[in-house]
Amino acid sequence: MATTIADDLTPMHHPRTWVGKYVWSQDHKVIAIQYSVTAIAIGLVALVLSVLMRLQLGFPGVFPWIQPENYLQYVSMHGMIMVVYLLTALLLGGFGNYMIPLMIGARDMVFPFVNMLSYWVYLLSVLVLVAGFFVPGGPTGAGWTLYPPQAISEGTPGSQWGIVTMLVSLAIFIVAFTMGGLNYVTTVLQARTRGMTLMRMPLTVWGIFIASIMGLLAFPALFVAAIMMLLDHVAGASFFMPSMMSMGQATDTLGGSPILFQHLFWFFGHPEVYIVALPAFGIVSDLISVHARKNIFGYRMMVWAIVIIGGLSFIVWAHHMYVSGMNPYFGFFFATSTLIIAIPTAIKVYNWLLTLWRGDIHLRVPMLFALAFLFTFIHGGLSGLFLGNVSVDVPLSDTFFVVGHFHMVMGVSPILVIFGAIYHWYPKIAGRMWNQALAQVHFWVTFLGVYAIYLPMHYLGVLGVPRRYYALGETSFIPESAHLANQAISIAAIVVFAAQFLFFYNMIWSLFRGPKAGPNPWGAASLEWQTPDTPPRHGNWGAKLPTVYRWAYDYSVPHAPRDFIPQDEPHPKDTAP
Amino acid sequence: MSQVTKERNETEENAQGWRAIVADWSTDREVFRHTHWGKAMMWIFLLSDTFIFSSFLISYMTMRASATMAWPDTAEVFALTIGGQSIPLILIAIMTFVLISSSGTMALAVNYGYRRNRKVTAALMFATALLGAAFVGMQAFEWTKLIEEGVRPWSNPMGAPQFGASFFMITGFHGLHVTCGVIMLLIVATLVLRGHYDRAGDYSAVEIAGLYWHFVDLVWVFIFAFFYLW
Ligand code: HEM
Ligand SMILES: [Cu+2]
Repeated sequence: MATTIADDLTPMHHPRTWVGKYVWSQDHKVIAIQYSVTAIAIGLVALVLSVLMRLQLGFPGVFPWIQPENYLQYVSMHGMIMVVYLLTALLLGGFGNYMIPLMIGARDMVFPFVNMLSYWVYLLSVLVLVAGFFVPGGPTGAGWTLYPPQAISEGTPGSQWGIVTMLVSLAIFIVAFTMGGLNYVTTVLQARTRGMTLMRMPLTVWGIFIASIMGLLAFPALFVAAIMMLLDHVAGASFFMPSMMSMGQATDTLGGSPILFQHLFWFFGHPEVYIVALPAFGIVSDLISVHARKNIFGYRMMVWAIVIIGGLSFIVWAHHMYVSGMNPYFGFFFATSTLIIAIPTAIKVYNWLLTLWRGDIHLRVPMLFALAFLFTFIHGGLSGLFLGNVSVDVPLSDTFFVVGHFHMVMGVSPILVIFGAIYHWYPKIAGRMWNQALAQVHFWVTFLGVYAIYLPMHYLGVLGVPRRYYALGETSFIPESAHLANQAISIAAIVVFAAQFLFFYNMIWSLFRGPKAGPNPWGAASLEWQTPDTPPRHGNWGAKLPTVYRWAYDYSVPHAPRDFIPQDEPHPKDTAP
Repeated sequence: MSQVTKERNETEENAQGWRAIVADWSTDREVFRHTHWGKAMMWIFLLSDTFIFSSFLISYMTMRASATMAWPDTAEVFALTIGGQSIPLILIAIMTFVLISSSGTMALAVNYGYRRNRKVTAALMFATALLGAAFVGMQAFEWTKLIEEGVRPWSNPMGAPQFGASFFMITGFHGLHVTCGVIMLLIVATLVLRGHYDRAGDYSAVEIAGLYWHFVDLVWVFIFAFFYLW
């Protein structure tokens, strides 16, 4: 613990061994890549699970080795991995780690050692999660929401061991996230370079910053819920367990409250939606601004919208519980607060559109993904307005309408931004450009495929097709056409799945064969593109930290020599402070 | 010069009211001026930890409110018979007293740390750690007593089974915090004694350890109020 990292005086220790540089590295860039690779690897597992689910739903009976309990296990693991182990880890642990120090002009996170621990503990949580696939009884099949009593009662798949590994893994993940999150927040607060005021930070940093604060306040509820459920399961406590009949016998439990779990879970669960959305909001703002060569419209408004969304998202959680039997007045309150969030969110959408308005739009791949995000996000946001109202939600609850909604808004939207962001920053991270043609194919298949998958789901939901069902069977209210739609969705899902290999192939190909990228191929103004080396080295800034003179959005400034002015370029009349 | 940036800078300088507050807060480099980052980080961690303890306590309260069996009378359960007389809550009173006193010794340690008084700082920190260890010891005694009386996480001869479960869970989690605190205090105190912070020219670690320690005490006050006095 010496002086702050922003200080130029602190001598840095540059590791000399291979292990110190690449394995137990304390360099935020290496940690970021470790986080990203791990998150994407486990994300692939979730993707494969989704294909298995689609195979079963599209072609019921064709795959006899997918039994009902397997289906439930796929649903649960798919949901949990996607939300927590992929998106949260990739956006905060991956992008947060890589971007924060570079964008604010720091040499590293304030506490690199704890930052490193954060990754290794995260890896442990992933390993425990994966262990769930191999324990007797398999992983939990309780749904990603893990509602008790069913999650830990006999008869639910994985109620023997799978639920234990899941809960333990979540608790470990939260410890890992806390170590990382403390670093991200403190670094933004205390270690910015000279001239980098909060109101000059790129929106990417703002999104990650607020999301990290939210994570530090939301994950505690999940942590407590996990510990209590573990005690219920392992020590026979009755926190969440009422007296009930299970498999024809009265259980030993009595007097617990299952609703309490739902409150704890969603006190985490709803902010979690924004923990993955806010970094995506921030990143997409920067992508749009850079590739439309225009300053972001209403920067201050954008910042405040992020802050307000972050705050409001802590008082809307029970909109996930309209059908739980809670007090109806709660429904009134939570429906109102939910709809209020639409205001700052709509402000953001308008500002993105106004940034594009009359911009010098370059339809490069990162920009395409950013535009695709606008489509899916607006789309998912609109169906969210339906579900936010109690009377509309009650009939739609637990149908495929909900599945379509949340995949649009928090599944696909952040994923599209992540793709855009990887295409955008890869030249800085690896120093090489991608194959543009392959990237275009990847984009179009993914974007159109996403619509082919999720648009019909809304229709299925309105018909009343329930979610988390292994097969529809003979049901009078579900017409034959629903089965056809299910087949079409499944085929689209398989095509989208296959298209992702173009992405991975392109990534690996360009790592070795891609054309060399200059230090700033997109002509971006923010600080991370102004590093002395590409890829940046340990310590990021060479001998001297940069000084910032302006915000990150000086594009197409009249009379300027270039169509962008880097953040560290002084004003002609100013001298250094 | 860019017109836009120039105007922005000017509005920032002439800002008033709310805008001035925002402008102050968002000045360059450090939001909390002259504050060691470690201290800022500890504060943020404590905020997060507050949410953990709040979740525990609020869960316990709703559980207690909705339990189907009678909640045991804590004054009786936590009474000790000393000299043939049953004194309610006596052990908890002593434990609380010990922990609060340890906050006093800790505050003194921080004060001597600022004055660069190596020996006294270290001595006070060791004293704090000792008081903390005493607290954990008494807690172990209390656990043993309850377990001997038949209280388990899954059952409770005195009434609602949630009583035992939440007691072990909440005091256990707090006790774990105290234990970690004792270990941290011992490490920092040893470093103080060895002159590590004199060489680094920075005693912040003492203060940071102190922050954590005061927090753990404060949490205890809430547990004491909500679990034992209610
Ligand atoms: C190609 C991409 C994807 C496909 C084909 C897909 C497909 C599915 C399917 C078929 C279900 C189960 C529906 C049911 O029976 O209830 C499901 C559930 C779910 N998915 Fe996805 N998904 C994809 C990507 C994602 C992503 C990126 C996320 C990230 C948030 C995500 C989050 C979830 C969640 C939270 C559930 C609910 C799990 C539950 O009901 O417990 N999915 N997905
Ligand atoms: Cu929600």
